[in-house]
Amino acid sequence: MSLDPDEFAAIYRREAGRCTATLVRVLGDIDQAEDAVADAFAVAADRWPADGVPPNPGGWITTTARNRAIDRLRRESTRHAREREAMTLHDPAPDPPADLGDLDTVPDDQLRLIFLCCHPALGADAQVALTLRLLGGLATAEIARAFLVPPPAIGQRLSRAKRKIRDTHMAYRIPAASELHQRLGPVLATIYLIYTEGHSASAGDDLLRPALTSEAIRIGRTLAALVPGEPEAAGLLALMLLTEARAPARLGEHGELVRLADQDRSRWDRVLIAEGHELLRGCIGQNRPGPYQVQAAIAAVHADASTAAVTDWAQIVTLYDHLQRLCPNAVVALNRAIAVMEHRGPAAALDALDEIDLPAYHLFHATRAEALRRAGRDGEAADALRRAIALTSNAVERRHLEAELAGLG
Amino acid sequence: MPQYLLSVFQEEGAEPPSPGQAQMIMARVAAVQEEMKAAGAWVFFGALTDASSATVVRAAGGEVSMTDGPYAEAKEQIGGFTVIEAADLDEALEWARKGSEACLWPVEVRPFLGAPPA
Repeated sequence: MSLDPDEFAAIYRREAGRCTATLVRVLGDIDQAEDAVADAFAVAADRWPADGVPPNPGGWITTTARNRAIDRLRRESTRHAREREAMTLHDPAPDPPADLGDLDTVPDDQLRLIFLCCHPALGADAQVALTLRLLGGLATAEIARAFLVPPPAIGQRLSRAKRKIRDTHMAYRIPAASELHQRLGPVLATIYLIYTEGHSASAGDDLLRPALTSEAIRIGRTLAALVPGEPEAAGLLALMLLTEARAPARLGEHGELVRLADQDRSRWDRVLIAEGHELLRGCIGQNRPGPYQVQAAIAAVHADASTAAVTDWAQIVTLYDHLQRLCPNAVVALNRAIAVMEHRGPAAALDALDEIDLPAYHLFHATRAEALRRAGRDGEAADALRRAIALTSNAVERRHLEAELAGLG
Repeated sequence: MPQYLLSVFQEEGAEPPSPGQAQMIMARVAAVQEEMKAAGAWVFFGALTDASSATVVRAAGGEVSMTDGPYAEAKEQIGGFTVIEAADLDEALEWARKGSEACLWPVEVRPFLGAPPA
């Protein structure tokens, strides 16, 4: 029997974060949990080709990781008992180390882990890096590419954050109802970042990384159910569902990127769109608007258009203006410029793009290229495309941009 | 239980509060200390004189030297500190919130290294 490397990678993506979340609870230490999960995947890589993939690979990894960690702790216990005691993450109600607990508590473990990773005593950069690393199972290099920073900076950020969690005795628990609202902001931001990383993978040959998008949606669903009084949690979920609904039409026959305007809208997932709309109606009804609700409303306008030509771009520009007031940042401004290009033409879009400072972001240059091409300035469009190509590390996006460049002739 | 140092950072040379305000702040700080004691969190509290009264001693090379004034030339200096015991960081941060609300200065929360003496 052999093991398809893609299948193994898919299992890793799907299970690593969940297993880590449970192992952190069981072992009370993040580094030990990560090591144990890595050990277990190494054992799996050794055994699964001969034995076959077990029916519940996540459960197998969690159990194996737990057993390996306990063996290691036993070996080290006589020598290092005191140090280990000092390093152990505080757990208000510790499980006996040999007890995995009910595996049905896995969603709770993931919520514990995401509230730990997004603790307000950690900086925003650390929150995002930790969540992607521990819950998303992303490698340091992938996180670095997603945020356009050098890998050693991410490595330092992660180790510093983990040391702070350990040294300050951060609790591994879901916050009480009274703290939830203020603890939610960074959690929503990180879930959405995981979603966008899955929706447009920062590296490799796949444009989409379905394990990450479904993981983000799954955590988003759990969170929205846990905090029904927080419209932004439902807004984020609606945004992810309405975006995810387009996934079946985003890639062409040969894995190439299909732009929104060219997508076969009959392939959009109507069930997800209906669920997104319903969520959006529910949270807008609470009359406490926020950035996720506005972005979901933008996605809903796209979902309502049966063809690209009938898209209500005026409404989308208005929603982007609203979004810019709620959260002024360069990426929002870039998306608004794209809407302006459709609504008022390339000259207005180029004016808007001149105000945006995103020199290291490939989509900035790709957008400029499109506006220049529409304005008939093909030479400058080609230069902008070359810059975009140099800046993307995703193979599918690069091929798409190269095809655009070839099209300029 | 882990122990934490809560340091109050005061701006040097800031306008002192009026006698009435000062009395109100002291009463509020005393109330938080009482609450810490009742909760079993309180370990030690100390208010400090002005940072300009500090002296820095250096003797690492055998040679002793002294400089007049605080170690770090900063606008904000530690004006007082509390040592508490707390179950975890969230509990310590909650005491810091109450302390800052009472004294109106920022409070830095920093855990002690390792387990406290039994």
